[in-house]
Amino acid sequence: MSALQLDQVSRLFRASAGGDMTPALRKVSFGIDQGEVVTLIGESGSGKTTLGKIILRLIPASSGTVTFEGKDISAFKGPSLREYYRHVQGVFQDPFSSYNPIYKADRVFELVRGVYFPAMGQPAWEEKIESALAAVALNPGDVLGKYPHQLSGGQQQRLLIARALLLDVKLLVADEIISMLDASTRVDILNLLVSLKRSGLAILFITHDLSLGNYVSDRTVILRHGAIVEMGDTVKVFGNPRHPYTRNLLTAVPELHKKWQPTAADAVTRPADVAGAGHAPVPATALDPPRLTEYEENHLVAEDAA
Amino acid sequence: MSVKVENLSVAYRMRAGDVCPVEGVSFTVADGEIMGLAGESGCGKSTLGNSLVFMEGRMRHLGGRVVVDGQALPVADFRAMRRYRMTKVSLVPQYAMNALNPTRRIGRLTTDLLRSHDVRESDVLEEMKRRIRLIGLDEDVLNRYSFELSGGMRQRVTIILSTLLNPSLLIADEVTSALDVSTQRAVGEMLMEFRDRGFVKSVIAITHDLSVLAQITDSIMVMYAGRLAEKASAADIVNAPLHPYTQMLLASLPEVGVRYDKVTLTGIPGRPPSLVNPPRGCRFADRCPFARAKCAEAPPFEQVQPGRQVACWKVSEGWPEGGEHERSAA
Amino acid sequence: MSALKGSAPIGTLTTGGPAPPLEAAPRRHGDLLYYALHNKKLVFGLSLELVFVLAAIFGPVISPHNMTDFFGSNQAPSAQHWLGTDNLGHDLFAEVVSGLQVSYMVGAIGALCAAFVGMALGFTAGWRGGILDEILQLITNIVVMIPALVLLIVIGAYLKTRGVLFEGVFIGLTTWPWVARAVRAQTFTLKSREFVDLARLSGRRAYSIVVRDIAPNMASYLLLVVILLFGASMLLAANFDFLGLGPTTGTSLGTIMNQSTLWSALQLNYWWWFLPPGLLLTGMVAALLIANVGLDEVFNPKLREQ
Repeated sequence: MSALQLDQVSRLFRASAGGDMTPALRKVSFGIDQGEVVTLIGESGSGKTTLGKIILRLIPASSGTVTFEGKDISAFKGPSLREYYRHVQGVFQDPFSSYNPIYKADRVFELVRGVYFPAMGQPAWEEKIESALAAVALNPGDVLGKYPHQLSGGQQQRLLIARALLLDVKLLVADEIISMLDASTRVDILNLLVSLKRSGLAILFITHDLSLGNYVSDRTVILRHGAIVEMGDTVKVFGNPRHPYTRNLLTAVPELHKKWQPTAADAVTRPADVAGAGHAPVPATALDPPRLTEYEENHLVAEDAA
Repeated sequence: MSVKVENLSVAYRMRAGDVCPVEGVSFTVADGEIMGLAGESGCGKSTLGNSLVFMEGRMRHLGGRVVVDGQALPVADFRAMRRYRMTKVSLVPQYAMNALNPTRRIGRLTTDLLRSHDVRESDVLEEMKRRIRLIGLDEDVLNRYSFELSGGMRQRVTIILSTLLNPSLLIADEVTSALDVSTQRAVGEMLMEFRDRGFVKSVIAITHDLSVLAQITDSIMVMYAGRLAEKASAADIVNAPLHPYTQMLLASLPEVGVRYDKVTLTGIPGRPPSLVNPPRGCRFADRCPFARAKCAEAPPFEQVQPGRQVACWKVSEGWPEGGEHERSAA
Repeated sequence: MSALKGSAPIGTLTTGGPAPPLEAAPRRHGDLLYYALHNKKLVFGLSLELVFVLAAIFGPVISPHNMTDFFGSNQAPSAQHWLGTDNLGHDLFAEVVSGLQVSYMVGAIGALCAAFVGMALGFTAGWRGGILDEILQLITNIVVMIPALVLLIVIGAYLKTRGVLFEGVFIGLTTWPWVARAVRAQTFTLKSREFVDLARLSGRRAYSIVVRDIAPNMASYLLLVVILLFGASMLLAANFDFLGLGPTTGTSLGTIMNQSTLWSALQLNYWWWFLPPGLLLTGMVAALLIANVGLDEVFNPKLREQ
């Protein structure tokens, strides 16, 4: 059952005053099911964070629809929006910045309590917090009553995930949540995501790191310049990449036991070496993304050279 | 030997007291060697790298020598080091790509930089253009402002600026972090190429990303909580690490092709010790599955095999693999 | 001015570099107090200001004469009349300490008024953005452009009696743009921080987010602005009073100086009439500004010399 469905979602923005509208996302369509981890892989300028924010209703889509359990999320406001947030939550890249530094870290729980559990008594609330902390393998004594700077990055992120678990969350948008963590704690958070997935949570895992995506996800969507270039079952996409961009990404990933392979010197390898601060200048008319064709079951590839 | 560091200790002056993120560090880097300096955040690797070139405000030199090309550098004296910066030792600091002055064009930044080192720009400008072309960028970059360039371009321009006067030692602090995978590769290959062409003699690449180091370095030095844990050739570190920290670190890295349903990776439980009051003995002991009573005494960083140095009792005394032993209350 | 850290002139603000081991610990209250007590400018400024405030409070009490009693005119300072008398024979010391009170009051009313209006409009414009922001900016620009002096002259033609309250409110309503702009800018910056996103994802309403999350994070900045406003109000009031546009009831330092000019105290060398109020006023405002600079250093560690 599809929890979240994106249909032709686009997002345009005006890069400079009086200039053309540049597409950050071009008619992106895919879905996420319950109990599934979908990894959204893209480099900077690919639009992946924009997509995460659209799903979280932090910014609006310029066109296209996002439906959650069959309902169009752009129609939500006030109480219906709050209800949406009961089921859909996000965790972001910089754990420290998600906390307001002047308050204690567990204020993030209090933020949720006021709106969603106004009538709950103190003992019931504390029990709820304890079980949420247990689910993310945090010891209440280690994290409650502390300020954010007293916690490690890993603890901060877990606490944010625990916050999401306090609600009845069905979809978690995880935007680069481990890129700022140390290598030794990353894997623990990844394993946590896997265990949450097994208990039925749908997760959109946004990252630029292919090995992370490969470890944890069921399906993968590769985004480039706002359009999907390849998507499908993770094993198929990583094991048999068909699109040149995917191939080049995989060749550039540094591995411990294998040196970088020399690549055919094609333009796709070179990063966007043009003025425009990382955004390749896609003309506004190119809102239409390249067409996706089915290469094999559960493996779609864009046909193009865009 | 191109670079020789002997017993270097650097402290930070803080209100709570002096914190010592670099304690008694000794190592050498040969001519033409790219050495990786790996470790997690807070382990002191950045402080170590920076202290060789630029001891800013709160950093204090507690002891030790730094010798480059047979000449001792006055690292403790900020002003005296000015002669050597950019010409003998050079630094690409963390976040350098965001520190370029946004109100000046790159070309102008270059001439400012050269003038402040009393170098006539006409001599060097041609060389700068040549190097820009070398890495596949357009000379036109010199006419652009920093915000007009992508992150990867800025990073590479910064590296060119730092190596323009052909220093003997380049210290690159997290130059590949925060970059896309393909740009990361371009920057990594650029460092290797610059070394190959002799624009720099040796490089110390500081990063937490062991996979990148495995690609570009000849040797890797692993730091933990302010002290050196292990140093060996890159191949040895990656294929046969000796220090338990290195071993566990490598075991926690997901590689492409590894999936959770086939292999479950594990992280290292616990946290590194605070450097305000660090433990007296081995600093990794409370997280180490092999710790014994002896670990209450700090292991020396010494050569255990030709070309391999480790600071670990288990390695130097040859304890067997496997299992928990009686742990010390570190 | 220079490109890279390696060649930065000493004292240039440098970014990056190794993070000190106790990473990103925000200054706690204990720290702030320590730095505050050790900052020479802050201590000096506040102490001086305190002297003036005490003079304003206790001056009238210890003054041996009342403001309204008559004595000999134009007497130089003596044991009976510490600051001499004016042309009508009023004891100047009594006048001056009374004037101190009035000057402070006008300053306070002006500052509070400007702060209130400026913050309300600044937060609204910064949080909402869009059309509302454009409109508010238009209003702000118009208010800035109106010459306050001319306005006051015009109003003065219609309002024959003006009190201290009027002057304070008038100053407040003509100086709020400075606050509004600053608050708006800061709100924009803080709005994009991730903890604000998190508050939105917790179903919090805009008002709650602005008051509880955004405003406290600019508390130090707001304090600095209010202190500056206070000083500016006092100075502005003195300007208006000196030109004869001050309150028709009540004596302030400015009105004393106004009177002294009208009666040619300068030419007649009755220095005790205009010098004390002028010096006092300069002292009051300067002390405040010095304290402000010191406070800025306390809040912003990068400005502190080591």
